[in-house]
Amino acid sequence: MADPAPDGATPLLRVRDLVKHFPIKGGLLGWSRVAAVHAVDGVSFDLARGETLGLVGESGCGKSTLGRTLLRLLPATSGSVELEGKDLFAVQGEELRLLRSRLQVVFQDPYASLNPRMTVGEIVGEGPLAQGMTSSSEREALVRELLAKVGLNQTHIHRYPHEFSGGQRQRIGIARALAVRPEMIVLDEPVSALDVSVQSQVLNVLSDLQEELGLTYLFISHNLSVVQHISDRVGVMYLGKLVELAEVGALYAHPRHPYTVALLSAIPEPDPTRRRKRIVLGGDVPSAIDPPAGCRFQSRCWLSERLGNPEKCRTEEPQLRDHGPGQVAACHFSEELTPAAVEAASTGGSFGDRALS
Amino acid sequence: MAAETLAPAEAERAEQIVAGEHEGLVRMAVRRFTRHRLAMLGLVTLVTIIAIAALAPVLLPMDPITPDYENLGMPPSAAHLLGGDLSGRDVLARVIYGTRVSLIAGLGSVVVFVSIGTAVGLIAGSLGGVADQVLMRITDIFLSIPPLLLIIVFISIVGAGLGSVIAVIGLVYWPQTARLVRGQLLGLREAEFVTASRVIGVREREIVVRHMIPNIFGPLTVVATFGVASAILLEAALSFLGLGVKPPTPSLGEMIASARTPSVLQEQPWVWLPAGIVIALIVMSVNFVGDGLRDALDPKASRRG
Ligand SMILES: Nc1ncnc2c1ncn2[C@@H]1O[C@H](COP(=O)(O)OP(=O)(O)OP(=O)(O)O)[C@@H](O)[C@H]1O
Ligand SMILES: [Mg+2]
Repeated sequence: MADPAPDGATPLLRVRDLVKHFPIKGGLLGWSRVAAVHAVDGVSFDLARGETLGLVGESGCGKSTLGRTLLRLLPATSGSVELEGKDLFAVQGEELRLLRSRLQVVFQDPYASLNPRMTVGEIVGEGPLAQGMTSSSEREALVRELLAKVGLNQTHIHRYPHEFSGGQRQRIGIARALAVRPEMIVLDEPVSALDVSVQSQVLNVLSDLQEELGLTYLFISHNLSVVQHISDRVGVMYLGKLVELAEVGALYAHPRHPYTVALLSAIPEPDPTRRRKRIVLGGDVPSAIDPPAGCRFQSRCWLSERLGNPEKCRTEEPQLRDHGPGQVAACHFSEELTPAAVEAASTGGSFGDRALS
Repeated sequence: MAAETLAPAEAERAEQIVAGEHEGLVRMAVRRFTRHRLAMLGLVTLVTIIAIAALAPVLLPMDPITPDYENLGMPPSAAHLLGGDLSGRDVLARVIYGTRVSLIAGLGSVVVFVSIGTAVGLIAGSLGGVADQVLMRITDIFLSIPPLLLIIVFISIVGAGLGSVIAVIGLVYWPQTARLVRGQLLGLREAEFVTASRVIGVREREIVVRHMIPNIFGPLTVVATFGVASAILLEAALSFLGLGVKPPTPSLGEMIASARTPSVLQEQPWVWLPAGIVIALIVMSVNFVGDGLRDALDPKASRRG
């Protein structure tokens, strides 16, 4: 209500040097820590109120882990997350439980994310009851209103999840998150499991809700074309690190990281005159257990290869550098990313499907 | 109606919700169960057997205990439809009463082991930590004792009889149930819908009660059903070995035991064969019903149903 800070002054969410390592236990009794999966390895970004930040990257690069750590579903190894200046990692117990309503999540799997033994009314109404936002007598009216908001039939309130399609189930999941009046929602591949025709409907529901309620989204996806349409800014992750972050227009027009260039080249483009040539990344993603020294992308980097594998890429870890307003990228040689270089690295074929799926 | 206060309307609505919940899921389970042919066959067989065992003594009074020396080892006749056993007792009466004993032993020991196993599994799985470690090590110890040893020691201390049989079978089978319940709970802890309710701020205790426990009823019912079959077989085996119910109480296992005499095995099949057939029928039917329940109660199977 009363918001003294002018728009954009304090970010809604402030993430600094967030690290999440999963220890790998070993030894005779499995008690000693022998290594760690570096799932998220020093990620920082701000999220303004009302904005959508897209987060893309290959499978296993740590997108979901980042989301779950923000949501306090996993303990962070180090780093900080602030919600309007409040240190999220310092909150415990009942205070944490009540604070959770501000930060919600929608999961990828519309089947696994709904309790098969509860009705839609119980599923959607559970949060407001737990948060003390409604009484049991008002619950049904509230749930009906929420169902209408996400485009579901209000009379289906007593139905069970198995009586709905995937897209409808995802709407139920959205209604459940909305029910506790969140400020921000982590959308972890919310449409990846849906048919293409249903995807755009669900994306539209999300956009409409954002507009109506002023929601802030962290939209995780491995599909750059989905992210392009819904995001204000896009972050690209590779092996636990944010390698580029920019406004959506800038990122698609002039990417400043060779990994982003390769991802963009894999988006299917229906218009042949605008079709980009495809850059196929060779090799496998290196193991997150023992990430390579220097630049993590170096082993697959077409630009580094073109520049004759400079020593710097293998020894020195690139930091995020500014490239114009709001655009940062972590590459030593961003300036070498000329159209000619991209052209030369591309294969002739332009029919590449998503290289990321 | 419309002018009424909120409270009764609310109660009515709450009732509707509860009623709707059960109807929806139960109806779906029934629909899927009835589609399962063998399960239906098993259910009909089982109901028939139970009905006969329960009603026959009332409808046609027969005496399974008192010997009739005219009927000593006699083949089936009009007076004794399945003939007489080696003590001259009516085989039909003994099969029917023996079936009762078997069913009581089977169901009784399932109640015992499902209760113990569920309690242990629930405590271990929902508390975790030290309680979990201690309870699971105790479970491991029970699993590492050979069942027959456990049974013989128990019976020799407590003495034979239907009650001891029920108790000892319960004692043999509870660790599996405990492990199942604990495993289910650990799996559910990671389930996305559980994570989702944690995110909306549901208290941990309510998550266990509302989201986790209701979702183990399906697997538990299946285990309990198959458990009835195992328990009936074990009871028969114990009676066969003389560790079961006390004679002259009829028991299917004890009737089959009379076939240990070669002449009976070869020349007087009416003494032991009916009991064998009834046990086979019960065990097979129970297993078919278990299969049907497994399909009917698995919510994941309903994906696009
Ligand atoms: N609970 C866990 N224990 C150990 N390792 C884990 C755990 N969760 C994730 N990881 C590892 O952390 C890394 C990042 O996983 P994460 O699920 O965050 O990737 P992702 O980017 O969301 O991938 P996807 O697109 O497949 O969802 C992977 O190497 C994964 O194996
Ligand atoms: Mg993921």
